[in-house]
Amino acid sequence: MDQIQPLGGGAPFRAKGASPPDLADLLRQAGRADEAAFARLYDATAARVHGLALRVVRDPAQAEEVTQEAFLEIWRTASRFDPDRGSALSWLLTITHRTAVDRVRSAEASSRRDTSYHQQHQSVDHDTTSEAAQASLEAHRVRSAMATLTEVQREAVGLAYFGGYTHTEVAKMLDLPVGTAKTRIRDGLIRLRDTMGVGA
Amino acid sequence: MNEIHALSGAYAVDAVDDIERAAFERHLAECAECRDEVASLRETAATLAETTATQPPAELRARVLGGIASVRPLPPQVSASTPAAAPASTPSRYHRVRLLVAAAAAVVLVGAGALAWQQPWDDAAQPPSATEQVLEAPDAQSTTLEFPGGASATVTHSDDLDQAVIKTEDMPPPPEGKVYQLWLDQPGKGMVSAGVMPVKEDQTVLLSGDAATATGAGITVEPAGGSTAPTSEPIALFDFGRGA
Repeated sequence: MDQIQPLGGGAPFRAKGASPPDLADLLRQAGRADEAAFARLYDATAARVHGLALRVVRDPAQAEEVTQEAFLEIWRTASRFDPDRGSALSWLLTITHRTAVDRVRSAEASSRRDTSYHQQHQSVDHDTTSEAAQASLEAHRVRSAMATLTEVQREAVGLAYFGGYTHTEVAKMLDLPVGTAKTRIRDGLIRLRDTMGVGA
Repeated sequence: MNEIHALSGAYAVDAVDDIERAAFERHLAECAECRDEVASLRETAATLAETTATQPPAELRARVLGGIASVRPLPPQVSASTPAAAPASTPSRYHRVRLLVAAAAAVVLVGAGALAWQQPWDDAAQPPSATEQVLEAPDAQSTTLEFPGGASATVTHSDDLDQAVIKTEDMPPPPEGKVYQLWLDQPGKGMVSAGVMPVKEDQTVLLSGDAATATGAGITVEPAGGSTAPTSEPIALFDFGRGA
């Protein structure tokens, strides 16, 4: 169920004690080898990291490995996070996405030799995995923004981000002329960005 | 808008192959506009993950927190430059001798962008990874090169699997602003990029490209982001022993 919250004319009121932890602060502390801060960072972001990994790789066991790999990399490179160049969440999810994409592409490379191996690891219906997301107001906002894209933009962005496919593969899948899928992906992301008012 | 600029969206969501990534990262080093655009599109893409949030199994938390205990966080970068912002310096040929020595000081290559490094929690219960399949292939053949300083690199190729894997030990990081890039020597085409290696002392990485047709593999030091063709002498060459 969506939780409906009244929005006033000004900034949304935030109940005392409900403020989410500052992820950039936690990352900075983690960069100084503060394991407790990293544990709080994990608690605040694990659902988004794992959900993204699961959506891209689909296989639950492999998604857990990707989540582990991503968090390890986040721990290892936390000191390289630069708040002037983007949000902490975006930084975390960029690492997660790259890890997941690398996983599916290397699996795909090996499955050209061994298809059965690949098939036995393709078992999850991702629609059953995102229940936790249904209640999120933010998710509702993102879905509304997605609905403003043209169909081909939405499909191209989805296949690239959630599918982990290259723009060349996306072009083939959507029967687009070679070289145009990257434009659709870019146009789609720009439209989403502008619709949601996302800053860099 | 030129062709390379149009790749910003695909790059922001990893929808590029290794060659495109290397080319675009070289472009990024010189294009502040694209750097800003990529940053804003990554912020945007991150919001998409809101729609898929899924709590991981509770036991994963202990495994992750147990795992980090044995990993040392990297120090902050002290110079203002970052890989994406580093100037694309021209490789200087006269540095070759220094590079050979620095090869002791140098490497971590990467193919396919595969994060194939071993994690402490990777155990025998896992299915064989792509790199393990190559290393354990019945027809696998290996060539090992030792660098001054104790580093070593071993390339193993399997014609049955069409793939090659490089395993490095004790490799020093590449010179500031440079990367190690892997190449496959393809008859009639010359050196074809097989990926840029991430910086890590010991790793096992799959080379991208068809290793069954290649006659050898090489490593060069390239400007950050990699090159589409080698711009310096190789620091290592591996002959696949196909004869002339």
